[in-house]
Amino acid sequence: MAEKVLMKGNEAFAEAVIRGGCRYYFGYPITPQSEIPEYMSRELAERGGTFLQAESELGAINMAYGCGAAGGSCFISSSSPGIALMQEGMSFLASAEVPAVLLNVSRCGPGIGGIQPGQADYFQVTRGGGNGDYRIPVFAPSTIQEAVDILYEAPSMADYWRNPVMILADGIMGQMMEPVVLPEPKAPLLPGDVPKVKPWAASGSGYKENRSVVKSLRLKPEDLEVHVEKLYEKYAQAEKELVRYECIGLEDADIVFTAFGTMARLIHEVIELLAKEGIKAGMIRPISLWPFPYEAFDRIESKTKVVISAELSMGQMLQDVKMGVCGRFPVELIHRTGGIIPTSLEVAEKAKKILEGLK
Amino acid sequence: MSTNKFFFAGAGGQGILLMGQMLAYGGMYDNKEVTFMPSYGPEMRGGTANCTVIVSDEKINCPMIYEADTVIAMNQPSLQSFERLVKPGGNLFINQSLVQTEPIRSDISIYKVPCSELANELGNTKAANMVMFGAILSATKILSEEAIEYVLQKVFSGKKAKHLDLNRRAIKAFKCE
Repeated sequence: MAEKVLMKGNEAFAEAVIRGGCRYYFGYPITPQSEIPEYMSRELAERGGTFLQAESELGAINMAYGCGAAGGSCFISSSSPGIALMQEGMSFLASAEVPAVLLNVSRCGPGIGGIQPGQADYFQVTRGGGNGDYRIPVFAPSTIQEAVDILYEAPSMADYWRNPVMILADGIMGQMMEPVVLPEPKAPLLPGDVPKVKPWAASGSGYKENRSVVKSLRLKPEDLEVHVEKLYEKYAQAEKELVRYECIGLEDADIVFTAFGTMARLIHEVIELLAKEGIKAGMIRPISLWPFPYEAFDRIESKTKVVISAELSMGQMLQDVKMGVCGRFPVELIHRTGGIIPTSLEVAEKAKKILEGLK
Repeated sequence: MSTNKFFFAGAGGQGILLMGQMLAYGGMYDNKEVTFMPSYGPEMRGGTANCTVIVSDEKINCPMIYEADTVIAMNQPSLQSFERLVKPGGNLFINQSLVQTEPIRSDISIYKVPCSELANELGNTKAANMVMFGAILSATKILSEEAIEYVLQKVFSGKKAKHLDLNRRAIKAFKCE
């Protein structure tokens, strides 16, 4: 097995996506992910790729639209307000079926907000701020290793689905260091091989009659309806194939937490603290946020007393948790926002109060 | 099986994050599980800087802490803010060169280290953080001798190699009983 290395999250994310085959990065610096453009500016040219600092996030996403349409394997990263600026482009990419890997190292909002970690981009990344009927698969790893593994897989996944794929991390994951095992580099797609591997791409392969056209504009309603129906057939398939989650200790659990990313790591410790007081708690940890693992909630046993969504937001995933629970159990929220991470003690205390309140 | 949680606090520029990173690198060299979590934001060059390092024999689920086995206060505000974080029976290291007040706790082990004075004696006040780092290593025995040497060589390499000897001596400057 490959050697473990101690890496800062942001640098590990960048390296993983290069190893996964991405060779084009367009970005604009923003805390807490500026180490990613820094890393890319140093590495990509050396490894046969291109780093380009865009004039803004709007520029970056549209450069990815163009590069991806021509068959390039693109990576875009930013943080919450920067990702907000990219929403229009994401809708265009999804509409034109252009693959790209997107990473949101999220901070707290709304607006320019602050630079400390947050999870209040849940609606933004799962519902999308772009217009129209479209979907983007979103994965929320909770350790740097898990993020590395997903980012490594993401370029092929985006190509396979011909759709952007989003990874949602947070400021803590971007800034912290953990040992990781980096996967073996995949061979990047060479420009000369684009017409063969991505026949749909507008790769400039001569004046042939049926040339590839990558577009989002469809003025005839009949054409657009057919196109959107086709996209949704693809999304329905993605919902079946891309759903990922982890269930921890659901057996005999009084409390079942739902948490993703950094909050899920905190909940591990909350579960240990509650166990010391004789309260059995478990966790459903969604790894894919879209498709959301609604099916996981069918595995909660009938003796469970409450399902608690633990979030660094005012309660956004809460809506999906309620849909998953489907009225079988009371659903409560434990949250902090504004960039504050609660301690495990604080969450355990709140959970105990909720449980006592139910009796 | 043991898990050791460290919290390093001080001002930006004091080498707080470097101490934390060196501990994490050393722990990894000793085949331990490690996490390093820095504060981030506008603290570079003078603001507050702190980081949490966990060194454990088992998988680390949660990189955030609500109490620490060992707290390192490199300046006055850090002592006031983070003395409460030391768990009963834990360790508090104080940079005596920059801290005027006495700690309040009596249920913990307290080590007062004159970091700047000892670093000055060695010829470079910038080694103050390594004097503290050495004091922590001497009291907690958290890293093996091989790991300490590995980390020193890793950090003080290339252009910084000329500082290796000074820092090696700084790490040995303060011995805890």
